[in-house]
Amino acid sequence: MNNRMHLEFPSYSQNESFARMVISAFVTPMDPTLEELSDIKTAVSEAVTNAIIHGYENEIGIIYMDAEINDNKLTVVIKDKGKGIEDVKMARQPLYTSRPDLDRSGMGFTIMESFMDNLDVISKIGEGTTVIMTKLISTKK
Amino acid sequence: MDFKIEKEKNFLIVSLNGEIDHHNSEIIKERIDEAIIKQHTKNLILDFKNVDFMDSSGIGLILGRYKKIKAIDGHVYVVDNSHIKRVLEMSGIYKIIRTFDSLKKAKEYAGR
Repeated sequence: MNNRMHLEFPSYSQNESFARMVISAFVTPMDPTLEELSDIKTAVSEAVTNAIIHGYENEIGIIYMDAEINDNKLTVVIKDKGKGIEDVKMARQPLYTSRPDLDRSGMGFTIMESFMDNLDVISKIGEGTTVIMTKLISTKK
Repeated sequence: MDFKIEKEKNFLIVSLNGEIDHHNSEIIKERIDEAIIKQHTKNLILDFKNVDFMDSSGIGLILGRYKKIKAIDGHVYVVDNSHIKRVLEMSGIYKIIRTFDSLKKAKEYAGR
């Protein structure tokens, strides 16, 4: 099966749950297990939260979510045009947070990386951040 | 997401429902912190039994309360479930916080 979608929404924090609902509905035809579905929702939630808190630093900008299904492979791209990450390698370290004042755990990228099969982070200061995640959905149940 | 905070003996019980993300964890954290001060309680039970989704914001919620409670020599206990187990495992929370599979067990332990 092949399918794709594109979504744009303002970076209001209540849209975190909206993004999770959209990705859940989109992957439903792939018949993921409950665990796979939960992994995808969690990874999307982390990426969207990063865009809101770090990308736009709580100012309102547009978050772009693209998803594609190619047979049993899901690709999700979450993009912001916010401030960008200075050191992506550092940001991807477990427990690293640029905002220790916010009570954040610094586990966002670690969760995306472990819950999905692949994670790429492309970022440029002043231009924004794009997170590309892929996951293979099991076909034999 | 809705939640309630109750005092029982010498501990506060926070019962959480639904989904925990960055959006709703902010208000939950605020309310818990207020209750800790107002109720003069040092011990906290965070009951996630009825939570069906949690991202790393939930870890921030737990660790932030843990730091505050530890500073006043109190204890934090967590009631977990299968939906949040993987996120908790990844964060190393099981290494520092005692967890239970039911509120009953957590209460028995906290009130011992």
